Amino acid sequence: METFYDVLRRQGITRRSFVKFCSLTATSLGLGSAFAPRIAHALETKPRTPVLWLHGLECTCCSESFIRSAHPLAKDVVLSMLSLDYDDTLMAAAGHQAHAILEEITAKHKGEYILAVEGNPPLAEDGMFCISGGKPFIDKLKWVAKDAKAVIAWGSCASWGCVQAAKPNPTQATPIHKVITDKPIVKVPGCPPIAEVMTAVVTYMLTFDRIPELDRQGRPKMFYGQRIHDKCYRRPHFDAGQFVEAWDDEGARKGYCLYKVGCKGPTSYSPCSTMRWNEGVSFPIASGHGCIGCSEDGFWDKGSFYDRVTQINAFGVEGNADRIGGAVAAVTGTAIAAHAGLTALKRARLDHGTGFDRNGEETGQRRDPQGGRRPAETAAVDQNTGRGA
Amino acid sequence: MLQYNELSADPNAQTLKSIYVYEAPVRLWHWVQAVAMVVLVATGFLISYPPPSVGGEASDSFLFGYIRFAHFTAGYVLAIVTVLRIYWAFVGNDYAKQLFVVPLWSRQYWREMWHEIRWYSFAADKPLKYGGHNPLAQFFMCFVLMVTTFFMIATGFALYGEGTGEGSWANVAFGWVIPLLGDSQAVHTWHHLGTWVVITFTMIHLYAAIREDITSRQSIMSTMVSGYRTFKD
Ligand code: HEM
Ligand code: HEM
Ligand code: SF4
Ligand code: SF4
Repeated sequence: METFYDVLRRQGITRRSFVKFCSLTATSLGLGSAFAPRIAHALETKPRTPVLWLHGLECTCCSESFIRSAHPLAKDVVLSMLSLDYDDTLMAAAGHQAHAILEEITAKHKGEYILAVEGNPPLAEDGMFCISGGKPFIDKLKWVAKDAKAVIAWGSCASWGCVQAAKPNPTQATPIHKVITDKPIVKVPGCPPIAEVMTAVVTYMLTFDRIPELDRQGRPKMFYGQRIHDKCYRRPHFDAGQFVEAWDDEGARKGYCLYKVGCKGPTSYSPCSTMRWNEGVSFPIASGHGCIGCSEDGFWDKGSFYDRVTQINAFGVEGNADRIGGAVAAVTGTAIAAHAGLTALKRARLDHGTGFDRNGEETGQRRDPQGGRRPAETAAVDQNTGRGA
Repeated sequence: MLQYNELSADPNAQTLKSIYVYEAPVRLWHWVQAVAMVVLVATGFLISYPPPSVGGEASDSFLFGYIRFAHFTAGYVLAIVTVLRIYWAFVGNDYAKQLFVVPLWSRQYWREMWHEIRWYSFAADKPLKYGGHNPLAQFFMCFVLMVTTFFMIATGFALYGEGTGEGSWANVAFGWVIPLLGDSQAVHTWHHLGTWVVITFTMIHLYAAIREDITSRQSIMSTMVSGYRTFKD
């Protein structure tokens, strides 16, 4: 079987470019230069792994991001030329021709290929809302996933559901880990994910023949191990207590922290603040706008992107924690005041009526010579339960 | 466990004029956690709604850093005294167990609960006498406050572990809370809602303590200071 290196040479890539690519890959994975020869060795000896890229309910922003990768070698060489055997939106073939490739690879490379999924399957109406090749996308997804070695979930759509899954989610768009349960899934969330993250994840899987180390939510630790906030260059302003209070205020001009205008950096896991976008040019916060948390589960259903305390949409209530909690506390406060008033009223009546004070001592002011039981006597037998109290 | 007999919730309360209820560690715990809670609520709101921006160089100021530091320190204090309080439930007196074990299986408990509800709705003339908590109070202490305290500690340390990072003890011990509740922002929201439960509990707690102190037949406020419950009749 052909190795990666064989294909590379056939494509006219020089040995020199190949070694350069190996070093680049090692660096982008944070592995250090010692790993470059290991990557080279792996590519020279291992049979190449096909990658099949399926598209479901999506906006294709992941592909848009991907084809703008700053590592053209990774994108073009490893994927387009070497391994990306099927991708409906990028490949030259179409229709039956394209479908034939899918059939061929799934049959010939059973258990060896990697499935990359962009978008997700809508499950309502038997999958009617996303038809690909005349069939519901869910069928295609399950069929190709069946014999895949591993699955990559591109973007927030495949990972979490994203905007098409926003309440009330009429098409029942469903993240892929809920429909593919028997394969290792690598989630690469973001709307879209950063191009270099995408190429690095695929390269890692192709060269090392295993999935990268994942966190609790199935994301590669090397890219999703920290929050935007942990590496944000505005963080010193956060710690100092220097915030943008309103758009275009003095703080905004000075580049203060965007926390108060709803920045979701403190709750979002993505390497935007380190790797940045568009070949490292910028990222939202550097352009003066808070992070909206596009890499997080449910970011689309939490109300305004400009609120720090976000919306709750559970138990049929709408409001943020302060509106809900504040209302409960206000009702409680009112109830306490009313209860205290009634208590005072009752005690006033008790004291004056009985001729005994609250400790049961005679006050000499008994108004009703017949009645007026001493509180201590009432205590002997509880009127209400009939039991001794 | 305290024995419930036909006469009253707490037989000791029938025969004695005063009972040693809250041992010193319980009292100490109570006041330390009360202070910690107040600090946590105050700094928690400042974390949600930071004070107006300070000027000058960023390196001249660490205001928000200190606010968060105070929150995390109080959080640690709360967690530590809570663990110690659980320990004391094992080695302390019977009353020290009431926070954690509610005799939901006892008919007597529910009958007395009904009486307590009647007492609070002015339908009964007198409350029953208890050395420790009355059934209603015990229910709230355990199922509202203690549960919320554990919840706040779990969500609090889950958020804390995000900052200290992968591999830190907080992340290892409580990081699982984040996917359980959705994502990090959802944990913030739940942590914030829990804050309102603490506030509401404390309002009711203070009202009930003061009211009972005045109207019931037993000491309340002084009990959490001296440890002794004294009966007025
Ligand atoms: C009953 C006790 C507690 C109360 C009332 C409380 C209250 C709050 C509030 C209101 C917030 C702001 C949430 C938001 O809107 O983002 C917050 C954040 C936080 N709390 Fe607590 N908290 C408590 C216990 C704890 C504990 C035990 C810890 C553990 C160390 C903790 C750690 C945190 C952390 C790490 C944050 C996020 C800080 C940030 O985003 O900068 N909390 N807390
Ligand atoms: C600062 C004002 C506070 C005062 C004056 C106060 C007073 C008291 C008193 C008098 C008792 C004893 C009740 C009895 O005699 O049975 C008590 C018990 C208790 N309080 Fe507070 N309290 C305060 C704040 C808090 C706060 C903020 C919390 C927690 C949110 C809290 C949690 C408790 C608990 C859990 C008990 C039961 C102790 C046990 O059973 O071991 N208290 N408090
Ligand atoms: S701008 Fe956002 S990510 Fe940066 S420090 Fe402020 S809150 Fe954190
Ligand atoms: S900064 Fe936030 S909103 Fe922007 S791409 Fe990164 S995760 Fe998404």
